[in-house]
Amino acid sequence: MAAFWLNGEQQELDIEPEMPLLWALRDELGLTGTKFGCGIAACGACTVHVNGAAVRSCVTPVSAVEGMQVTTIEGLTQAVGTVEPGALTDVQRAWIDQQVPQCGYCQSGLIMAVSALLTENPSPSDEDIDRTVTNVCRCGSYPRVRKAIRSLASA
Amino acid sequence: MMLTRRRLLLSTAVVGGGVLLGYAATRPSRHRRANDSLAAAGQHYVTSWLRIDPDNRVSVYIPHAEMGQGVHTALAMMAADELDADWELVNVEQAPATDLFANGELVKGFATEFGLPGFLQGLVNVSAFKVAEVANLQITGGSSSVRFTGEHGMRTAGAAAREMLLQCAAARWDVPDSECYTSLSHVHHDASGRSAAYGDLAADAALLEPPASPVLKQPSQFTLMGKPISRRDIPAKVDGTAPYGLDAHLPGMLYAAVTTAPVFGSRVVSVDAADALQRRGVHRIVQLEDAVAVVADNYWRASEALKRIQVVFEQTDNDNVSSESIFAQYDRDLDSGSSKEDVEAGDTQAAMAAAVDIIEADYRVPFLAHAAMEPMNCTVHFHDGKAEVWTGTQDFLGTRGRVASLGDLNEEDVTVHFCYVGGGFGRRLPNTTNTIDQATLIAKEFDVPVKTVWSREDDMQHDYYRPAVTSRFRAGFDGAGHVTAWENRYIGQNTPPEAAHIPYAIPNQSIRYVDSDTHIPFGAWRSVAHSQHTFFLESFVDELAHRAGMNPFQYRMELLAEKPRYRKVLEVAADAAGWGRNVAEGRAMGIALQQSFGSIVAQIAEVSVASNGSLRVHKVTCAIDCGRAINPDTVASQVESGIIFGLTAALYGEITIADGRVQQGNFPDYEMVRLSDSPEIDVHIVESGETLGGLGEPATPPVAAAVGNAAYILTGRRIRELPFKNYDFTLPDILA
Repeated sequence: MAAFWLNGEQQELDIEPEMPLLWALRDELGLTGTKFGCGIAACGACTVHVNGAAVRSCVTPVSAVEGMQVTTIEGLTQAVGTVEPGALTDVQRAWIDQQVPQCGYCQSGLIMAVSALLTENPSPSDEDIDRTVTNVCRCGSYPRVRKAIRSLASA
Repeated sequence: MMLTRRRLLLSTAVVGGGVLLGYAATRPSRHRRANDSLAAAGQHYVTSWLRIDPDNRVSVYIPHAEMGQGVHTALAMMAADELDADWELVNVEQAPATDLFANGELVKGFATEFGLPGFLQGLVNVSAFKVAEVANLQITGGSSSVRFTGEHGMRTAGAAAREMLLQCAAARWDVPDSECYTSLSHVHHDASGRSAAYGDLAADAALLEPPASPVLKQPSQFTLMGKPISRRDIPAKVDGTAPYGLDAHLPGMLYAAVTTAPVFGSRVVSVDAADALQRRGVHRIVQLEDAVAVVADNYWRASEALKRIQVVFEQTDNDNVSSESIFAQYDRDLDSGSSKEDVEAGDTQAAMAAAVDIIEADYRVPFLAHAAMEPMNCTVHFHDGKAEVWTGTQDFLGTRGRVASLGDLNEEDVTVHFCYVGGGFGRRLPNTTNTIDQATLIAKEFDVPVKTVWSREDDMQHDYYRPAVTSRFRAGFDGAGHVTAWENRYIGQNTPPEAAHIPYAIPNQSIRYVDSDTHIPFGAWRSVAHSQHTFFLESFVDELAHRAGMNPFQYRMELLAEKPRYRKVLEVAADAAGWGRNVAEGRAMGIALQQSFGSIVAQIAEVSVASNGSLRVHKVTCAIDCGRAINPDTVASQVESGIIFGLTAALYGEITIADGRVQQGNFPDYEMVRLSDSPEIDVHIVESGETLGGLGEPATPPVAAAVGNAAYILTGRRIRELPFKNYDFTLPDILA
């Protein structure tokens, strides 16, 4: 049995405690916005927030988030206090303004990583960004990711 | 160019008619068939690719996969511009994977330009595919969507529909066509003050025969083309709702994790799955010829159970093959002297004999994997004598054919659902998507949907790889220091065939290839053979420049005296980068140039050596002549993407073979450029107004040579084998 808060609602799942959070989200709960990329925390496609911090869910067993607040891309707007249905967060809007995504597959993870960074550090330096946002984007959206973060940091 | 049997087959089919579905050939019936079979009440297909609804909304059907290259938006812009549609009223739809939406313009474009493209040739080898089915394609590859489908298909469809709508309005109002005009999804007649929405005219227009040769706009008349328009696929990609193949989530679905023979071509001998079958959620073990699958109610449970399976694979003749043995084989085959003609111009042998100076160099590159971010996957549901498929693919129709063939179904009984593609780069062409085959064979054993998922390791070790290649050069100079002879011998016939050709005015050229087959599967990898040959060619040309004691930019300019488009692109890049002017202390600039897929690209890399001995690429300045930019912002993003893809390969990319199998498995040992080592990129579009060139691939080839050429200026060391990670540039002896 695993019990945690997911996007503001309590979840109880009859699953193995060692099941990675990623697969509980995707296969058990059908929340597919969080992506599988490498399975070893090397790419960041699976990034979610646990109690507000960016965590790679592919190596995080559900037992490690027992009783905690888990936020996925589907719950991001709600988590940052944007209440209007369908509304976007500042990060998501910046992503559209800068036309960041290409294939888009890694972008949920990138947006989750950047959102956590900016919550903690609203004006990150380039070094802060390089150290914190280590996600892989095979399409190479990096120049636009940096532009989008800068547009938010200077706002 | 040699007319191979495969090319001949397609040519015959094209000449015979009925296969090449160009606009004119489809004119009598295609949109009517679409209206009969697909349109709901009130909806009308006006031409094959357009549907207009009573509420005046236009839907444009795109026969290509959206994998980040912005093709859904760009092609819709092209149709909508010619249609004079209001962009706010335009929907973008994926063309269904049915014969009605097969894309003949693509075949025609390639047939005109090159003959049958390489990425189609493999398909013809699959016995179940008849030529007719091959030509019925929706392939996304060869950087072809905008320049072929868009330029010849979408624009024509939009222009034809516009003329039909205008004719209907004129007839209804009983006024001459010439007094009417179109704007923002309406036809207007100023003299009488009348206007009609396209949605009110579509029913009548659908009864007309589309004009055979509709008049296309001149660039000065464009309202959408040439403008930076926001991509339609992006909003769903920032909130997690964009559907990828891996996201198929269906009631009662099962999940398959697979272990495939580690040595390519090996087969399963025996399986011991007793432990795996005891585990929670495991339904069944499915044995295939070369693989074993565990099917469970959750992918993690399936993959955990798979770890408990003992599989014995047969030994093969390739069990001792390694990267070293492959390169040694290449050298033996190159030494053998048996080669096939690529280019023979002038008398290279005589020019070389008369040369007063000759330089020689051998270049090599390793195998490369695609490593698309979305791991390979395919969901198939067999039910009621039919099948449904969910997968990200670069060819929806080809995928349908593949599943039908392996599933013993008629193609019409297979439905391929739309999914975005989580990275293509050539990996997801159906003739090299082994996952589709496995998923079909596994799902055939069930009446519920089964999602077959490959781990990152499965993909990296069972890809269809950019081949390892060796290329040998000799160049001869005359007494005045001019290069008079160019000799190149390389491994493997090229796709595209011109990948080893040079634009430079060297009078005597002998460019030949040597066959040297390996058991490592070959696949199209972004820019295909250009990815290696541009590194070889542009590095060796740089060697010539330095031998001649000339500035590498000026040297290229002089050898391109008769090529104004190339010169312009070089000049734009050099000006923007500040070539020869703005080089910071401790840095150097390297330049490289290539034409591929119809676009000419020059890149200048600004490089330094980091304290740990690795190369640091600070900035890449790129000029590209792609004829015209349809969506300039997408052009820029494709160029940025292509450069980072090429830079990743140049700095880190290396798949090695040992014991017949791939040694790398995941990102730590097949590293990617990330934000921290991603250079600043400055893109300049050169609008020559010439025939449209491709964009998905042309920015990838030059960057490796540009970086290597900068490293030479910086360190005096010429790197002739990639990747750069294998060298310590602070050491006096370059080999780390």
